[in-house]
Amino acid sequence: MLSRVADSLYWIGRYLERTEHTARLLDVNLALMLDQTPAAAERRWERMQTYLAWQYDGIPQTYALVQALTFDVNNPGSLVSCIGAARENARQVREQISSEMWEQLNRLYLQVKRATMEQLWHEPHEFLHNGLKEGIHLFQGITNATLSHGECWHWLRLGQFIERANATAILLDVHFAEPSGAADAQANYLDWVGLLKSCTAFEAYCNVYTADIRPERIAEFLLLNAESPRSVRFAADQIAISIQAIAANTLGRRGDRVKRLAGRLQASLDYGQVDEIMADGLSGYLASIQQQCQQIHTNVYQTFISYPVETALV
Amino acid sequence: MPDVAPFRQYQLETAYDELLLNPNTPRPHYRLLAERLRELPPDELARRQQAADLAFLNQGITFTVYGRDEGTERIFPYDLLPRILTAKEWDTIERGLAQRVTALNLFLRDIYHEETILKAGIVPRELVYSCRHFSRQMRGVSVPRDRYISIVGTDLIRLPSGQFAVLEDNLRVPSGVSYMLANRLVMKRVFPQLFASYGVRSIDHYGQALLATLRSLAPQGRSDPTIVLLTPGVFNSAYYEHTFLARQMGVELVEGRDLIVHDNVVYMRTTAGLRRVDVIYRRVDDEFIDPLAFRHDSMLGVAGLLNAYRAGNVALANALGTGVADDKAIYAYVPAMIKFYLDQDPILPNVETFLLSDDRQRQHVLHNLDSLVVKAVGESGGYDMLIGPHSTLEQRAQFRDRIIANPRNYIAQPTLALSKAPCFIDGQLEARHVDLRPYILFGDQISIVPGGLTRVALRRGSLVVNSSQGGGSKDTWVLY
Repeated sequence: MLSRVADSLYWIGRYLERTEHTARLLDVNLALMLDQTPAAAERRWERMQTYLAWQYDGIPQTYALVQALTFDVNNPGSLVSCIGAARENARQVREQISSEMWEQLNRLYLQVKRATMEQLWHEPHEFLHNGLKEGIHLFQGITNATLSHGECWHWLRLGQFIERANATAILLDVHFAEPSGAADAQANYLDWVGLLKSCTAFEAYCNVYTADIRPERIAEFLLLNAESPRSVRFAADQIAISIQAIAANTLGRRGDRVKRLAGRLQASLDYGQVDEIMADGLSGYLASIQQQCQQIHTNVYQTFISYPVETALV
Repeated sequence: MPDVAPFRQYQLETAYDELLLNPNTPRPHYRLLAERLRELPPDELARRQQAADLAFLNQGITFTVYGRDEGTERIFPYDLLPRILTAKEWDTIERGLAQRVTALNLFLRDIYHEETILKAGIVPRELVYSCRHFSRQMRGVSVPRDRYISIVGTDLIRLPSGQFAVLEDNLRVPSGVSYMLANRLVMKRVFPQLFASYGVRSIDHYGQALLATLRSLAPQGRSDPTIVLLTPGVFNSAYYEHTFLARQMGVELVEGRDLIVHDNVVYMRTTAGLRRVDVIYRRVDDEFIDPLAFRHDSMLGVAGLLNAYRAGNVALANALGTGVADDKAIYAYVPAMIKFYLDQDPILPNVETFLLSDDRQRQHVLHNLDSLVVKAVGESGGYDMLIGPHSTLEQRAQFRDRIIANPRNYIAQPTLALSKAPCFIDGQLEARHVDLRPYILFGDQISIVPGGLTRVALRRGSLVVNSSQGGGSKDTWVLY
């Protein structure tokens, strides 16, 4: 596969995952704010901005923030920018992906372009939840059903799960870094539920641990659960699988280093114990996960995409 | 045609009519179509036209209109009714094109090597050397199998007599073949019974034939050659066609930045390392293809490609420097080339052409600008062109100045009545001017898929069929 094509596929995966993540954060937080005091809502917005590594340039009112995160084409993290970037990448590899995938992504893009803030403001649930997230899930379903599960598919998956592992680690980090507001048990409860819902993991959590919400269990679930598609461990497994598959096509030992990096991340999550991680400091552990994701990304590029010519002459 | 729907608006004029033999009788090979059209309920045609348009839109069969808005995608208008050619008509076209392409290929080899035709004084030397597309870099370079032009799209028109004539040879990067194939797919979906009852020759094997042609150009010793299609990228107007052909052939679609030249060998950058490339079907113009040899500001090309090509390590289709032979002034000499190289008379005639570098011919043209068509020699796509009878006094004055300033850059031809074919317009059938572009492949031998792109000037009375200027297209049927 051409390196340029791999690059485009990887970023389609990442941008769509990012779109879904941002859309869900907006959806969940707008819903939770209905139950909270204005002060708590303000704190929630600050936290949102930290999650997304983005700082709103102006007076942080809900309307303006939602608009900037959804429709602002000058904000590279807005939904319209992310979907647009995914589509632009797809347009450049149209002969590689299935027609059905292209049509779905195109439809999704046009849907966001046509939407207005007015519509979103009155029916955020309709727009963000049903419109965008379902649209992206449909794209993933179409991808799994119509694209050969070969190298092309693995590049899409690699982008998707590196983005997911990284975003989930940040989410956990921001939540656990704050002093627990024991004074207000109700607000506290909503915060933790909010975290689970931001990962669509609330129902799955309840199935494992009942609705008894405890921070340590949440950390265990979102980090180390082997079966939830939203856990960091699950993402690390998928990253390792896709990298194995991609490296299998290369000659010689070129893929060895990046395979080792992916295997290390996977092993640390496979064999990790939540009590030990908490005792050693969750924040440090999460920082290491983010750093390893970054390393994998850099090495994937050095090995498969933007390698120096001299290293690749056979 | 009898005064029945949907033929009420259909009028026979002086131009050759593809449908009608005389005002009341269709030509024999159109009879079945005419009958079927009369039987259809009134709204049925409109319904099928909608179905066809939707099919194009959904498949994203579009071309890009250059403008401000980062490239706007449009569908190429499709006319519902087929243009039908008999086996006999096609036979003449096929033989004529094979003869012409053979001679043009010999001409290209000759002017870049021995120059016999220039020494014999058949084609004026200064005409060749002054051509913008003449490429000094190609002097003495031997190209694989001596194939300069492997992929050709020749524009034919039908004269009032019914005879086909050549209007233009496109020997650089002719486009439109994807529309020929897409039109056929949609046609089969929209008019299945009519299509089945007619006995139409298949064109579906074009992708395979193109692949075989490219494969035949592979450098010696490369028994399983890697073939790629080089596109200028997603903003090119024909990008859809590039993706379509790459998929049809099962080859990689590459951009300049995907290719690297190392020690005069071309590689593409893949996830599995560098892979050697043997044949490049390039859809990038000569001047942009290698920033070291041609335009140094080109971002679309591959640095060092010309040297790899000269070293014989990679084949290009078409070769570089082929534009000299489709220069509109050189065009006038093609019948003489056929005589010179093949000792044959041309099967398909040229259109009468005045060379404006010649004093006498120029005087004649300047006196008759209002009845002639003037074209720039190196342009395509209907740009920089004057259609005398449809022009204003001001436009003619402008062209007069341009001609006098640079006579070598222009030629003139009589205003031709292109033949007319029935088109479905606003719920009625109306006659519109059409041309025909068959696609010729020259690998081991010459092969032409039976058909081509029939382009239609959709505006009433217009003679311009180019997609960039409001043209559309039709499916073209060649009968057994």
